Amino acid sequence: MDVEILLRVDGKEHRLTVDTRTTLLDALRERLGNTSPKKGCDHGQCGACTVLMNGQRVTSCLVLAVAGEGAEIVTAEGLAEGDELHPVQRAFIAHDAFQCGYCTPGQVVSAVAMMREAQAGWPSVVTEDLDADVVVLDDREIAERMSGNLCRCAAYANIVPAIAEVARP
Amino acid sequence: MTVTSAGPSAVGAALDRKDGPLKVRGAATYAGEWPVDNPAYLYPLQATIAAGRITGVDASAALDLPGVLGVITHVNAPKLAWATDPEVAVLQSDEVAWRGQIVGAVVAETLETARHAAGLVRLAYEQRPHDTELRADRHDLHRPQHAALFGAAPGDLQDGSPADSALGDVDAGLAEAAFTLDATYTTPMNHHNPMEPHTGIAVWTDDEITLYCSSQGVHLHRSLLAGAFGVDAARIRAISPHVGGGFGSKVYPVVWGTLALMGAQLVPGRPVKFALTRQQMFALVGYRPATIQRVRLGADSDGRLTAIAHDVIQQTARAKEYAEQTVGATRAMYAAPNRSTTTRVAALDVPVPTIMRGPGEATGMFALESAMDEMASAAGLDPIEFRIRNEPAVHPEHGLPFSTRNLVACLREGARRFGWEGRDPAPLSRRENDWLVGTGVASSIYPSPRLPGNSASIHADADGRYTVRIGAADIGTGTWTALTQIAAEALGVGVEDVNLEIGDTSLPVASSAGFSSGINCWGSTIYAAADELRKLLDSEHGGMVPAEGIEASADMPDNPYMEQFAMYSFGAQFAEVRVHEDTGEIRVPRLLGVFDAGRIINPKTARSQLIGGMTQGLSMALHEASVIDPRFGHVVNNDLGGYHFASNADVGSVEVHYLEERDPYTNPMGSKGIGEVCIVGTAAAIANAVHHATGVRVRDLPITLDKLIV
Ligand code: FES
Ligand code: FES
Repeated sequence: MDVEILLRVDGKEHRLTVDTRTTLLDALRERLGNTSPKKGCDHGQCGACTVLMNGQRVTSCLVLAVAGEGAEIVTAEGLAEGDELHPVQRAFIAHDAFQCGYCTPGQVVSAVAMMREAQAGWPSVVTEDLDADVVVLDDREIAERMSGNLCRCAAYANIVPAIAEVARP
Repeated sequence: MTVTSAGPSAVGAALDRKDGPLKVRGAATYAGEWPVDNPAYLYPLQATIAAGRITGVDASAALDLPGVLGVITHVNAPKLAWATDPEVAVLQSDEVAWRGQIVGAVVAETLETARHAAGLVRLAYEQRPHDTELRADRHDLHRPQHAALFGAAPGDLQDGSPADSALGDVDAGLAEAAFTLDATYTTPMNHHNPMEPHTGIAVWTDDEITLYCSSQGVHLHRSLLAGAFGVDAARIRAISPHVGGGFGSKVYPVVWGTLALMGAQLVPGRPVKFALTRQQMFALVGYRPATIQRVRLGADSDGRLTAIAHDVIQQTARAKEYAEQTVGATRAMYAAPNRSTTTRVAALDVPVPTIMRGPGEATGMFALESAMDEMASAAGLDPIEFRIRNEPAVHPEHGLPFSTRNLVACLREGARRFGWEGRDPAPLSRRENDWLVGTGVASSIYPSPRLPGNSASIHADADGRYTVRIGAADIGTGTWTALTQIAAEALGVGVEDVNLEIGDTSLPVASSAGFSSGINCWGSTIYAAADELRKLLDSEHGGMVPAEGIEASADMPDNPYMEQFAMYSFGAQFAEVRVHEDTGEIRVPRLLGVFDAGRIINPKTARSQLIGGMTQGLSMALHEASVIDPRFGHVVNNDLGGYHFASNADVGSVEVHYLEERDPYTNPMGSKGIGEVCIVGTAAAIANAVHHATGVRVRDLPITLDKLIV
């Protein structure tokens, strides 16, 4: 069944007709030509497709496009302002926090949302003080909170310091 | 504008990755991301039996579905001109040789429709009994005969080397030894799982056939596919400037290319997109084969090896023989007068294995370097000292000198940086709270070979810009950056003056990214092209670039030293391991590697490659195993939830250091390979540290907690 939906992606509105089975990831990549979120598993198991949906990180392969109707969606492309890269993106380059780059936009989006989660006091499994208003992002917290984003090139030892540089300036 | 040979050296600078700004925003174009008009989508069908034949196809329900453009099976698939290789040629007969093999495909207007329709195609089978179990006591083990893939002299193993080797008398060497070891080590199937699934977009017109593809070498893919489809290679253009990882799985098997092209033939002129799903990748793009390895060592009372024997049994597929050099590193590592290696394979009803990062060396060195640790304990020697005592002066089998071999220096420097001195060698000697702490070491080795078939061109503009063209690949290895630096050095100009073009068959031919040979081959070729350019300028233009520009090209020159020296990269890897006393949980807070890989082209991207390889080694040690259900013949844990590889929280500190020494014989840059040496030995260093921590010797990868709780 086809339905018409409105998607708001990286600040632009798109009206399009989609099969109700289409995922948000496929709508972004195949219909809107936004290749920033990547398809690594299509199963919510790798994080390559991570986007912000109303400010929170989601794996867009597990969201149906119709469920994205009206939501504010931001991809790694939208985190940059024109040629001006987001600080996390600049830190990833400076620390060479990737090799092939296929997991990278998902890592970047995930890192941005993860820092907000810590700022809002959301604990993780390694958080000592569950009542803290703000969780301090030490390396262990960063590694734990970024573990939903797999990197087969295994740039983890560079990803953690790249994020730390932004999280603990 | 003049071209000099001695400009400011760009090689050795820790430059940021050139493709970085594109990649962090997701704007680098991978295979499935090329903007094409009105694409159709292909979804494959896979065999649901492990052996037998297809007796009937009913595609009517699929064909009735609105939006379906066609169903391809062996009944109506185009007959290929060359159908001997099941990793390339698909749908050529009714035979099924493994579960998950391609048995058909649906092409449709949308991805959703193609996938839905694939589920509507009914296939009937006549099943044969199948056999997927690798065991040492099988009666059908045979000596492999594997034609080399990479153009080296055809030999038994995929690198062109013989299956067996022998020097002296191993039994006599063991009989005279003061200490002996006879142990068997086993390793499971591992899957590459690059983050980018194998993808092709194909467009077939009467003139040109275009394939955007995930490729570790566009020219190899083009020649395989041109051969299969019986078309002139010049008609096919394969394009792959950015690749989301490969680790060997995007070198040779190109089923996705074949199927995308068959789909494109069905709808001429219209682009057809085909991306494997993660699950499909476990049956179609190769894997590291499982091994059973017996290692026997003998040493005299001074800790000098009297005998080394390494006997390997590994799996191959009945559909196609693949045999890798699991014994290869053992032949080059340590001195001993009596030595032998053997390789036997069992042909099973399983998918075809292929090269995976450190093919053979990674598994073989898990066994040898674990055995060396066991022998060091038996002989009462420090494992570093034991290795140093057995350092060979020349290659232990063929007697050639090494071009450079700084293994001992790597071990010593690593020991110093890691804090090895004063280590109590006794197992269970360190405990912190509930954690047992241990440390381990292992050596690393990987050859620095060359692959044939390389050519490069350089175009100089009068305004001082140089365009360097070669069909090389960047699979995350940093080729875009490293080759730019090499070209700048070869031309004696700055990197900003060099415009590199790679990843396209419209560029001069290049070998694939594999065997840690890329920079060696492509860099040497660019050097030669720069020489040609200089000669041309000097002889005809007085050293000045004419207003209309000038172009020169060259093939990769022969390296006469390859016959005279054994060329290898080396390394020493150290691991700290903590094992929880009650739960058996295993953590690796620290890995440290020191590498002898000749001159480092770009220390920043090289470091990433080395930490990546070491981390994959950690993953091989603790996490990775593809489990076949022998009743059905498929990998049951065929997704990223079931097949665990290291995630961020599995990894602690990973440190790498280089012992930089220009290798005078390998190539004009003085470099050796770095892509694979880093995964060789890591698993053993971790296994040795686990033994040191717990007193439990695990000889079967991966080291999971159930193997520690006895
Ligand atoms: S593609 Fe969505 S989590 Fe892997
Ligand atoms: S950079 Fe290749 S998967 Fe992360």
